[in-house]
This record gives sequence, structure tokens and C-alpha cells, in this order.
Amino acid sequence: MAENSFEPKITAFVCNWCTYTGADLAGTSRLKQQTNARLIRLPCTGRIDPVFIMKAFQNGADGVLVSGCHPGDCHYNAGNFHARRRWAMFKEMMDFLGIDNKRLHFSWVSASEGKKWVDVIDGVINTVREQGPFTQYKDINKETEIPVK
Amino acid sequence: MAELKEIAKELLTSGTVAYIIGYASEKNDKTVPFIARTVEDAEKLVFTHHSVNNLSVYLKRIKKPESGKVGLVVKGCDLKAVVALIQESQSKREDIYIISPKCNTVVSDNTKPWNKDNIASKCLSCEVRTPSLFDATFGEIETVELPSDEQIELIKKVEAMSTSEKWEFWKNEFEKCVKCYACRQACPLCYCDQCIVDKASPRWIDSSATVQGNFAWNMIRAFHLSGRCIGCEECNRVCPVDIPLSLLNRKMSMFAVSEYDYKAGTSIEEPTLVGTYKLTDNEDFIK
Repeated sequence: MAENSFEPKITAFVCNWCTYTGADLAGTSRLKQQTNARLIRLPCTGRIDPVFIMKAFQNGADGVLVSGCHPGDCHYNAGNFHARRRWAMFKEMMDFLGIDNKRLHFSWVSASEGKKWVDVIDGVINTVREQGPFTQYKDINKETEIPVK
Repeated sequence: MAELKEIAKELLTSGTVAYIIGYASEKNDKTVPFIARTVEDAEKLVFTHHSVNNLSVYLKRIKKPESGKVGLVVKGCDLKAVVALIQESQSKREDIYIISPKCNTVVSDNTKPWNKDNIASKCLSCEVRTPSLFDATFGEIETVELPSDEQIELIKKVEAMSTSEKWEFWKNEFEKCVKCYACRQACPLCYCDQCIVDKASPRWIDSSATVQGNFAWNMIRAFHLSGRCIGCEECNRVCPVDIPLSLLNRKMSMFAVSEYDYKAGTSIEEPTLVGTYKLTDNEDFIK
């Protein structure tokens, strides 16, 4: 902490039925976790438009986590299967455009996996912390004179 | 070319089609999109090395004619866009009369004569010079000597760059964007009535030509075409500031092939890439 005072901002897009509930379980179970993540709850991972991820980076996120139900567990049967294809393509495109894949993470966390949630979110926060602030994107925000919140 | 005129005249006379969307000669060798409604108009229809425009773009806003079909002159490459539009329920196969020529490549620069150094980059990897889906076809395939495909080399070059080099590369390209949306208008598959960039509440993408807005627009445009782009490279052709938009599109098309074995615009019956899924889709990247 002393040598590196940078604390990353993580935006986590999570589905209502699994990961949000899993994160809630982590809280009610009093599991210790880092607090850099802002959770945004959506009905389903199928509802997570990649434009949200882009908007998160625009608004100053240093890293993004997208998480939902395990395959086969989707409340709406197939939302996460559709999302999986979309993510794979979005991740590939981000990489080609020069956005480090270490800033963009995906996971399946079920409602009962409070412990897994803690591991995932701590892992993401630590990885992004190592990367440092996402200055690339913040710089283009600055050039555009849109204030970074 | 006489064949095309004969086909067109017969279709118009018999009333099979209400009109034919095709190409007509302009000055020099250049051709422009042209809609033939009468037999006299049909005389003006041509198909040459200069027939570059992807005419399937006109299907986007078209109303079904009161009688007859819409006649459409499309090259094999552009035909994929028609297939994709049918796949995505934007057009009906029975409403379109497809006149697809055997194509001997088109020019890159429409103002200069066709020769080995003036061939559109999409032709260099073309597999559909003889079309597979048509109601009428004409022409003969000739052997064409093709230069090497530089675009694929550039994709490999960008892939080999470091993350920050890639970012700089695209930043330099996207900085030039003036937000004219010609890429969107020329694209046969950008057919949303209201584009996400025009939505003001909430404003997802900054609509002015700022660095950030340009990045957001080009990123989302390319993503919305991922696995859908058929590679007609009209976006590249119309871009007034020469951003290599099709580089990004082609990269994603290559990914769709390698990852999902899906080639956009090849089959009317096949579901679209993002409209379906497989239980066995790769998820190595998901924790």
C-alpha cells in the first residue's frame, strides 16, 4: 500500500439472479473482500450491452468485470449463452483495438458461490491494480474535455 | 453486357420486376447506381469493372412495389449482404429478383481505368466471382492476375503489435473521423431505424467528432457488425478520411470463422452468429 497508493475503480456488471446474489451472500457471510468494485445489477448477462462496458471506461473505470449465471443456470434459460458469444467477440475486438484484456474480465458466479465471488473480485482488483490507472482512455477523455468522474 | 440488357428488358416487359436497381455509365469509365423503370432505361444498364457500389444497400429502406419484384444487379460479394438481410428478416427472398453476374473483379479507384494495380482489395480474396444464388446470371469468368493481399498482412501486423502500439495505431486512425456517418449509410447491414449514436436519452455515444466520441462510435459500429459483416468494404470506399474500417471488420469476420466456423451471408437458412449459440462455445476466457 505504501509503495503503490493507486486504488483502481472497477465496474462490475452482474446479473440479478446469480452473481449479485452471490456477492450479497459474500456480504452476509461476512467474507472479507476489497471494496474497489461498484456493482451494477442487471436482469441478465444477456442484457449487458458492450456499450455499457465502453461507457464504464469512458467514465473513468480502470477495469470492468462482467459476471452472471453458470451455463445452464440462466433464469431466462439462454441469456448467458448468447452473452458468451458476444463477450468472446467483444474481448477479441478490444484486444485488437489496444485495450488490455487484463482490464476486462468475465466470470460465472452462482448465487451460492459467495466465496468464489470474493476470489474473483479480489483477483480482478489485484490484476487491475498491477496495470495501474487506465491512462490511455482517460487521456482521450481529457482531450475531449469531458470531465472524468 | 448485351445479356444484361436483354434480361432487364424481358423482366420489365413481362412485369416480373417493378424496376431494376443496377449500374449505368457515367463519363469516362465510371459507373453510378441507376434505377431502370422502363425498357428504354434498360438500354442504359451496364456491368463493368467499374461497377463497384454495393447496390444491396438500397434494400434497406425499400418498400415492396405494388406489383412485381425488385430487380437487383449484385456481384457475388454483395450478394452476401442480400443473404444476410434475408437471414435477419429485413428482406424476403421472394420479393427480390437477383441478377448476379459472373464478376471479373472491380476497380479500387473508380476514376481510373481497371488494371492489375487498380483492383479493389476485397477482390483479392474473393471466392464468389461465380455467384451461388441468383434468378438470372450473365457474363464469363476470365482469368485475372491478382496482386498480393495487403490487408491481411496489415491485420497480422496490427495483431503482432503491443497493446499500447495497437491503441496508438487506432487512435491515429480514429482521430481523423469527422463523423459523417458515410460508413453507416453505405453499409447494407446498418439498417436500424434509429442508430445508437442518434439516441440522445441516454446519450451512449458522443455524437460530435471528438477523440472520445470517434473512438466510441467506431468501436461500437465495428462491434455491431461483428460476425455480420460480409466484407463488401463499402465503408472503406466511402470514408472521406480513409480510416481502414474494413480492417477491423475483417479481423472480426476472421474471428467468427476461426472461433465459430461462421461465414456471414453464406446461407439463407442458417441462423445468424449472434442469434444463436452452441452449448460447446469456447469459454476459456471466463473465470
